[in-house]
Amino acid sequence: MDVLLLSRLQFAMATMFHFIFVPLTLGLSILVAIMETQYVRTGNELYKRMTKFWGKLFVINFVLGVVTGITLEFQFGTNWSRYSEYVGDIFGSLLAIEATVAFFLESTFLGAWIFGWHILSPKMHVTCIWLVAIASNVSALWILIANAFMQHPVGYVLRNGRAELESFFAVISNGFAWQQYIHTLSAAFTLAGFFVMGVSSYHLLKKNEEEFFTKSFTLGMVFALVFSVVVAVQGHHHAQEVTAIQPAKLAAMESLWETHDHGAPMYLLVVPDEAGEKNALELFGIPGGLSFLAHNSFSAPVKGLKEWPKEERPPVMLTFLSFRTMVGIGTIMPLLCIWAFMRRKNLTATPRLLKTMIYAIPLPYIAIEAGWVVAEVGRQPWIVYGLMKTADAVSPVATSQVAFSLIALTLLYALLGAVDIFLLYKFAKKGPVAA
Amino acid sequence: MLETIWFLIWGILWATYFVLDGYDLGIGSLIPILGRSNQDRRVMFNAMGPFWDGNEVWLITAGGVTFAAFPKAYAVMFSGLYTPLMLLLFALIIRGVSLEFRHQIESDTWRRVWDWGATIGSFVPALLLGVAFANIFMGLPLDEQGVFQGNLLTLLNPYGLAGGVLFVLLFAMHGALWLTIKAEGDLQQRAARLTRCLWPILAALIAAFVVLTVVFTNLLNNYLANPLMLILLVVPVLALILLRRQIGKADWWYAWGLSAAMITGLTLFGVVGLYPALLPSSIDPAFSITISNSASSTLTLSIMLGVALVFVPVVAAYQYWLYRTFSHKITDRELGQDGAY
Repeated sequence: MDVLLLSRLQFAMATMFHFIFVPLTLGLSILVAIMETQYVRTGNELYKRMTKFWGKLFVINFVLGVVTGITLEFQFGTNWSRYSEYVGDIFGSLLAIEATVAFFLESTFLGAWIFGWHILSPKMHVTCIWLVAIASNVSALWILIANAFMQHPVGYVLRNGRAELESFFAVISNGFAWQQYIHTLSAAFTLAGFFVMGVSSYHLLKKNEEEFFTKSFTLGMVFALVFSVVVAVQGHHHAQEVTAIQPAKLAAMESLWETHDHGAPMYLLVVPDEAGEKNALELFGIPGGLSFLAHNSFSAPVKGLKEWPKEERPPVMLTFLSFRTMVGIGTIMPLLCIWAFMRRKNLTATPRLLKTMIYAIPLPYIAIEAGWVVAEVGRQPWIVYGLMKTADAVSPVATSQVAFSLIALTLLYALLGAVDIFLLYKFAKKGPVAA
Repeated sequence: MLETIWFLIWGILWATYFVLDGYDLGIGSLIPILGRSNQDRRVMFNAMGPFWDGNEVWLITAGGVTFAAFPKAYAVMFSGLYTPLMLLLFALIIRGVSLEFRHQIESDTWRRVWDWGATIGSFVPALLLGVAFANIFMGLPLDEQGVFQGNLLTLLNPYGLAGGVLFVLLFAMHGALWLTIKAEGDLQQRAARLTRCLWPILAALIAAFVVLTVVFTNLLNNYLANPLMLILLVVPVLALILLRRQIGKADWWYAWGLSAAMITGLTLFGVVGLYPALLPSSIDPAFSITISNSASSTLTLSIMLGVALVFVPVVAAYQYWLYRTFSHKITDRELGQDGAY
């Protein structure tokens, strides 16, 4: 094992772990804010109890998102110092803006919200949770603008041996960033909706607090229904943009080896054979299907992986499987939401739906993680697409140092993640405090 | 000029972090000493409750600004200090979750685990930040590529360790003073007594550290060139002296403010002494990472300055609001509220 591989593993582990907690923060903050707004507007105690119950789960989840976020900022410097030096002029400023504009707001007002129930006026208190919700979603924007610079660098000029900012506007108006933002946010909102539906289903099955959990379920359902459709439809457009900007990533996502000048087919079942540079199995082909998906035309040309030398191709199997996983789950989720929508009037009479929704909680989590694997692994061997290779970005540190931090961080995260998920499970099962 | 402004902002951000999170780290470190009962410890946790997360963001911002304004300094500092930074990171992670997890389950064993988490997670960052900054003041073994030629033990030299102990005591004093503001009764009395015990030790240590700084570092050169700048040292020394008086008068808010001035003054004294280097090289001064060889482009620095000038005052304003709103004592009624730690 060398420093490069260990650093990549550490980055993957730290980022994926961070992103177990962040999507729920993004979506649940808004749902809790909506609940509290209802409480302030109607004075109905039920909404206050909903705010407190879901708010407690929100806070338990939030803390791990926060503490693991520090790792991400640190490790660009600790593990990817050559990258940091090369693109810091642009990338560093985006992270600094994120902290100044959004993270302060989120952290400060969350503190006020948690401790302020009896001190702040109801209006001020609900304002705090809205600020938290807005700030966490603005925070995601800056992080995704930074990530989009790695995916599709714009607004820079190569000068003084590094990438320097040429147009700040170009960087923040990067179309790729906004696609990623809408995609990530709608996925996160879907996840929060499924989380609320799943936990509510558990209690509805037990006939516990029916009004409370029917209201919660419905709110989560509306949210998940809308955003699971948005994420799927917009995901299609995002993939078309990937086709245009990162054709090698698309080829890996589809495991397409040969270039097709007149219409690339789409196979429903594919088994990639990476070593043999072919697919071991291709079944159920739709002629021109991939061309249509990628270019809206059955006869459009699509580049295959063999267009690029081996060392410039992303890992095919991982990218391909992650993409299929994401798309598969992304197709199931709107269907589940539609089912829930049709049964919304008699949820408790549909135990099969409720049971399904409990087991569906992990689905959006898996889809989101898989989506990030497609985005990040599919970009390889580049750390900044077309500009800098991952292998050239790693810090000049000792293997032993990275081995130590990788092991320690993995153990620490496993432990804290287990405790946090245990607490979420415990309090989700326990249900709200009696009225 | 822009680089110099950013250098100063860089120093001020670190000082702000030390002042704000410093008392959290101090209180956390003092849990085994002052937290005799569960009630005591709950008061200590709640004294940090609404604030610690917002305080920690100053560290994220200080790191982010290093990255944005001086990318090469960020790259060299974070990769060179790899292991201590990872330890700092682990400690801060443990501190954060300890604060949030402790009150979730009513069990003495559970609480004890997170009490220790909060203690270690506070003490270690205080120590490491002190060790790291003392070593930066002294110079890191950086070669011409900016690669750190040393290991964790290189940093644990006498001056580095003195810096570590100094930070631990500065933060302990700062945390104890915050407790005198937030706690009542016996706990407040004990926190007050602790500040009186700590004062002479801290005073001696500061004096010793200043002497060691003259011996081990080149920070004084800037001051010899511009003796007027020595006023930066007058601030912390004056604050230290006045601090003893205010502790005697039990004027706790004033005393905490003096402690904050002392921390700010000492940090800025060191940082200004470094100028124009951010990371001096102990191998050859020519290898030092300075504002001129590590700064971002003029465009980035200008845009970031605009962002900072607009948003930092806004942040300061709403954090001031937070402190005002939650400045009250942690009473039994407070501890009974939903959401209390």
